[in-house]
Amino acid sequence: MEDYLSLLVEYDVLGAFWVNIQLTLWAGLWSFLLGTLLALMRISPIASLQWLGAAYVNVFRNTPLTIILAFGFLGLFGQLGFTLDEDLNVSLFRIAILGLAIYHAAFVCEAIRSGVNTVPLGQAEAARAIGLSFMPAARLVILPQAFRGAIAPLGNVLIALIKNSTVAAAGSVAIETSTVMKEMIEFRSDVIYPIFFTFAIGFVILVIPIGLLTTWASKKLAVAR
Amino acid sequence: MRTTRYAAAAMAAAAALTLSACGGGGESGGEGGGEGGGEAGGETVRIGIKFDQPGLGFDEGGSYTGFDVDVAKYVAGELGYTEDQIEWVESPSANRENMLANEQVDMIFATYSITDTRKETVDFAGPYFIAGQDLLVPADSDISGPEDLEGKNLCSVTGSTSATKIKEEYPGVNLVEQPGYAECVSVMASGAIDAVTTDDIILAGLAANAESGDFKVVGNTFSEERYGVGLTKGSELCSDINAAIEKMIEEGAWEEALQNNLEGVDYEPNAELNPPTPDDCA
Repeated sequence: MEDYLSLLVEYDVLGAFWVNIQLTLWAGLWSFLLGTLLALMRISPIASLQWLGAAYVNVFRNTPLTIILAFGFLGLFGQLGFTLDEDLNVSLFRIAILGLAIYHAAFVCEAIRSGVNTVPLGQAEAARAIGLSFMPAARLVILPQAFRGAIAPLGNVLIALIKNSTVAAAGSVAIETSTVMKEMIEFRSDVIYPIFFTFAIGFVILVIPIGLLTTWASKKLAVAR
Repeated sequence: MRTTRYAAAAMAAAAALTLSACGGGGESGGEGGGEGGGEAGGETVRIGIKFDQPGLGFDEGGSYTGFDVDVAKYVAGELGYTEDQIEWVESPSANRENMLANEQVDMIFATYSITDTRKETVDFAGPYFIAGQDLLVPADSDISGPEDLEGKNLCSVTGSTSATKIKEEYPGVNLVEQPGYAECVSVMASGAIDAVTTDDIILAGLAANAESGDFKVVGNTFSEERYGVGLTKGSELCSDINAAIEKMIEEGAWEEALQNNLEGVDYEPNAELNPPTPDDCA
């Protein structure tokens, strides 16, 4: 037990989780914006935009996240010299956020589209009937209802994103949890199980409230029909 | 009705296939473990090595090469196993202790540094080589040691001892961590990073294997890594393995294995420490 406690002093486990939380928040924000845009493209009346949105979703949903993040490091940074900040580690952190956002935007798009499916067709027809064109109809009538119907699936995407943020190790974000866990195991193989459970429980603590919150919110905010 | 019958037939066929596959596996397993006493007999020995470290433990499409592999073959030979009786198992760094504790392997030759915390869960024979942390740099680089790395980009493997040492002792270095050394070397070839760090012998193997660009090992080690043979806690093999390592060094086979595996690289292992004398078995 003492061995294990000394470990928590020696390694910044909370700091590592904070890095994952930051990755999640930034990637969550960007993927939400990009995902909403993609969802609009997919429900828009313009065929080429529909096609583009569908192509994006199918490409990134079916590409392993590890490959996207490894490409960010090996391809964008390693071969093309692409950076997002003068400080190397900040740059790699942002490239990892970019990779996470690009990947999860595909899932956000599908979650929002599922929300759009909860909005009866009559709503769109009514919006058209009072003279709204596509964008105002989407912004004023369809999306507000769609988001409320999409809370539960969006919560699932967020939960997946939290856990997937550990893959940022492939993009050389070296201070996040999975890296710190590897480091701890490398040095303290004598307490390998306590180390593992520390991180497993840490993620459970992060994820369960989100699940509870989104379930509650999805019931509370769903549009009653 | 007809579809049900077809489904049932298909399931029966699938079950039969599965069962026969099990039977086959069991049979060959039985052959392998048949012998009990005697000098190894028809048994196999499971040896854990790295599959991704050229020059040390490397999987070349099913045949295994490298210094670790050669030492393992020699030691296994001394213990009474022929090469056919060796079953090579991949043992990545993070899994080594568990693989020994769960008896998935009998011994591990995988650039496994002897440390006190590791000794609490596993036993070690050896060391059979003493490496040191060093730098791999482009051939025309003027970096001559960790002091020259201030503000430079350095690459190492995620969570490794080498990466941690840099973080602790040289905080001014931009350290990037990748899943493997191959990634580090490929990025260094394009010029985005200035150096790669880990044990000198691993770097020498990488330099020998590098396809693009010429690299050199700086040759200014700043740690001492004593590579041991990982054994299950309480294993009785330790003294036999140590005797085999000593014999290998005396016979000159150790030197030869080192030369063969690091051919064409400008690298000399630390001559004060190598070849090492194995520790006493506890």
